Amino acid sequence: MPHPMPTFGTFSLYLALVLCVYAVFSGALALWALAHGRALAVAPDRLRETSRRAGLMSFVAVSCAAFALIYAAFTNDYSVDYVLHHTNRALPWYYKFSALWSGQEGSLLLWAWLLAAYGFVLRLRHKADVTLTAYASTILAGIQIFFLMLLVFAAPPFALVPGGVAPADGFGLNPLLQYPEMVIHPPMLYLGYVGFSVPFAFALGALMMRYPGEKWIHITRRWTMVTWLFLTCGICLGMHWAYAVLGWGGYWGWDPVENASLMPWLAGTAFLHSVMMQEKRGMMKGWNVWLIFITFMLSILGTLLTRSGLVSSVHAFAQSSIGDWFVAFLVIVFAVCLFTFFYQRDHLRAENQFESLVSRESSFLFNNLVLLAACFTVLWGTLFPVLSEYVQGSKTTLNAPFYNRVMVPIGLFLILLTGVGPLLAWRSTSLRAIRRNFVLPCIAILATAVALMLFGVHPWADDDATGSIYALVCFSLGAGVITAIAAEFLRGAGVVRTQTSKNLLSSAILLTRRNTRRYGGYIIHFGIVVMFIGLAGAAFNQSKELEMGFGDSIQINGYKIVCQSYSQDTNAEYDTDFALLDVFHNSKKITRLTPEHRTYFPDTDHAQASTVVAIHSTLAADLYTVFEGTSPDSGRPIIKVFLNPLVNWIWIGVGIVILGAIIALVPPVLPVTRRVEVLTPAHTPSSPPEALPLAAKIATPEMPHA
Amino acid sequence: MLKRLTQSAVLVAVALTMLGAGTPATRFDQLGHKLMCTCGCAELLLECNHVGCPDSPGLIAELHTQVDAGASDSAVFQTFAAKYGPTVLAAPLRGGFDDVAWVVPFAVLGLGIAAIVLLLRLWTARRARLTPASPEPSSPAADALRDRIRNETHYGE
Repeated sequence: MPHPMPTFGTFSLYLALVLCVYAVFSGALALWALAHGRALAVAPDRLRETSRRAGLMSFVAVSCAAFALIYAAFTNDYSVDYVLHHTNRALPWYYKFSALWSGQEGSLLLWAWLLAAYGFVLRLRHKADVTLTAYASTILAGIQIFFLMLLVFAAPPFALVPGGVAPADGFGLNPLLQYPEMVIHPPMLYLGYVGFSVPFAFALGALMMRYPGEKWIHITRRWTMVTWLFLTCGICLGMHWAYAVLGWGGYWGWDPVENASLMPWLAGTAFLHSVMMQEKRGMMKGWNVWLIFITFMLSILGTLLTRSGLVSSVHAFAQSSIGDWFVAFLVIVFAVCLFTFFYQRDHLRAENQFESLVSRESSFLFNNLVLLAACFTVLWGTLFPVLSEYVQGSKTTLNAPFYNRVMVPIGLFLILLTGVGPLLAWRSTSLRAIRRNFVLPCIAILATAVALMLFGVHPWADDDATGSIYALVCFSLGAGVITAIAAEFLRGAGVVRTQTSKNLLSSAILLTRRNTRRYGGYIIHFGIVVMFIGLAGAAFNQSKELEMGFGDSIQINGYKIVCQSYSQDTNAEYDTDFALLDVFHNSKKITRLTPEHRTYFPDTDHAQASTVVAIHSTLAADLYTVFEGTSPDSGRPIIKVFLNPLVNWIWIGVGIVILGAIIALVPPVLPVTRRVEVLTPAHTPSSPPEALPLAAKIATPEMPHA
Repeated sequence: MLKRLTQSAVLVAVALTMLGAGTPATRFDQLGHKLMCTCGCAELLLECNHVGCPDSPGLIAELHTQVDAGASDSAVFQTFAAKYGPTVLAAPLRGGFDDVAWVVPFAVLGLGIAAIVLLLRLWTARRARLTPASPEPSSPAADALRDRIRNETHYGE
């Protein structure tokens, strides 16, 4: 056998496809027979079990395929076309590993493998609800068939090089992808995209089988949270990578590939909020089902948009001819969802109704509206160039100016709701509670606005006031939301303190442990606000560009950057031009920055340039320097310097969001109640427990969750 | 803990104070961030960061010329769009169908808000019709007690 690993990998994919086809058909047949009480040649429950096991084995098969591709990369098997185009001998081992998701075929294989892994865990945990899990497992196997068909027929990762003769070395990995975050960013993002398949499968399965009650939501809550967390991490890692690698001074360019990741995140966030109404009050069932359907379909749509070439993207590596496959899949998924919804819609009747305009439920509705409006805007902006070409005959570009003008007000509205929502009670909120809960946040908003204007944020003095007005509103609303969250923590901790006599901090920790979901959610909100504060800093970005000789300097907002030296170097991987820049602040040298401009694969026909930015980062601002290149006339470096205020707060906010999500995922420590016998003439020890006064049930702390 | 909180507060105050120290963006900067580089890099004109770009130096020079000549924003955009095609504009600014791009997101949001308010009013009105009158009117003390119970029993939320 001349190419054992590619053959093994291809065989594994075929085997996985066969197993998934079996899992779908046997699962569907068994579930149909069970639902209609029909007898089959094999007992339906045994057939259902074979379907589950086929699903489990498909994970093993796809894992073998993924292993084969990684093995081929590690052993420099350049007979495999994919390995040839995405690795070379000099590539460090960790980047050879990441080659799995550096190109079209490999990333589809990663997608299929992660889907199989999710399915594997789901099928192992089938005892949570055997029938519902069987439905979800069958649906997941159906999704898996699509990706395996892509890998087998449209984008085979084990295709051999033309002629079958392996070159001595590969073409190497795109230098932009040779960055530590690139080892984890795509898997995180894909874990997010793929993960939404699980709540989607459960929702569709629950609807198909007319699942009674809301247990499916409890089963999928952690799946959805984990998926959301992965997608959040993936998006933010991508932002940081763009900031630290691409060298244009920003972290979000509204590129269609970025938009494709943001859309399911927005819809998934809406689902995570809205689903609470169904859990608590049995409301919005149809809405929630469609939210998770839409979230899943947006994951697929995003992939379609960016890989079909339908819209232009700087992520040119992602474009190919597999768009038709995604269109077909999307149409099938939509048709199945629509049919199931209409067929079973009477099952989705709400158990309760809205009682008041001023309630937690209505705030969730507005929250959903704003998130979906943001999602629609991103989709609209992504598709408008195609639409305008169809209508006007020429493409229109929608870049940052469009999104900043449209998305920023929507984002500010979202911050407002982040503060307002948690202060409202379920069902209805009394006027007294509104007054009590909103006074402090309103004072914080006003005080922040006044303080900022006193300290120098003067929108009226700017030529283009829009950015600074938005920033002022964002900081003020952010202060209000943080105050509201802090007040909630203090109020709850105060109650715990009176029960336990602990100090305030310990009481706050215990409070969080008792209700991880609620207070984890508050921490997530806090993190989002901190991120928004960091994002608002962009309104005050400054930049300067200069051709710098020895001793030349750039002044930017109190910083002085002096070019001490510039030179060139060469190594096995790349040629590099770099500059040594001394940074002074208030006449004191604070650091030396060394921005580089690298040329990978020099003297070849696939030479590629890459910048390595140098950043002096503080909580107040990032001093961000880029070696843009050398002047063709003088040979001197062209240095661009950005001063980006508050960027670090974005990454701090992301950390807080992750912390909050982890806390929300931890099971709560329930307070165990201790019965206190109250002897009064009216209540003897034999009185029924419900006759005891409310205060007689006293919570004791630090009892483990039963 | 208090010390750290104070330090953090001071840091944030310093950071926020620094914001005011920024100088206003020039008109050239503003316009340069509303135009695209035409070399295919998909970057805004003033953010196209590769030396040797065949297009951006010419575009930047032309923008300088027009700004120095006192051309209005719309005149600059029209000139660039006519010369380099509509894709040189970073946002839909030509009027006509381009305006649809701006209107639709806000229209969707506005209609959504109106629809939710209308639905909530309908639902609450219907509920008020169907629910028998409360046996006793709500009192401030009862409201306070209800709020306290909600606050102290919000587990699993």
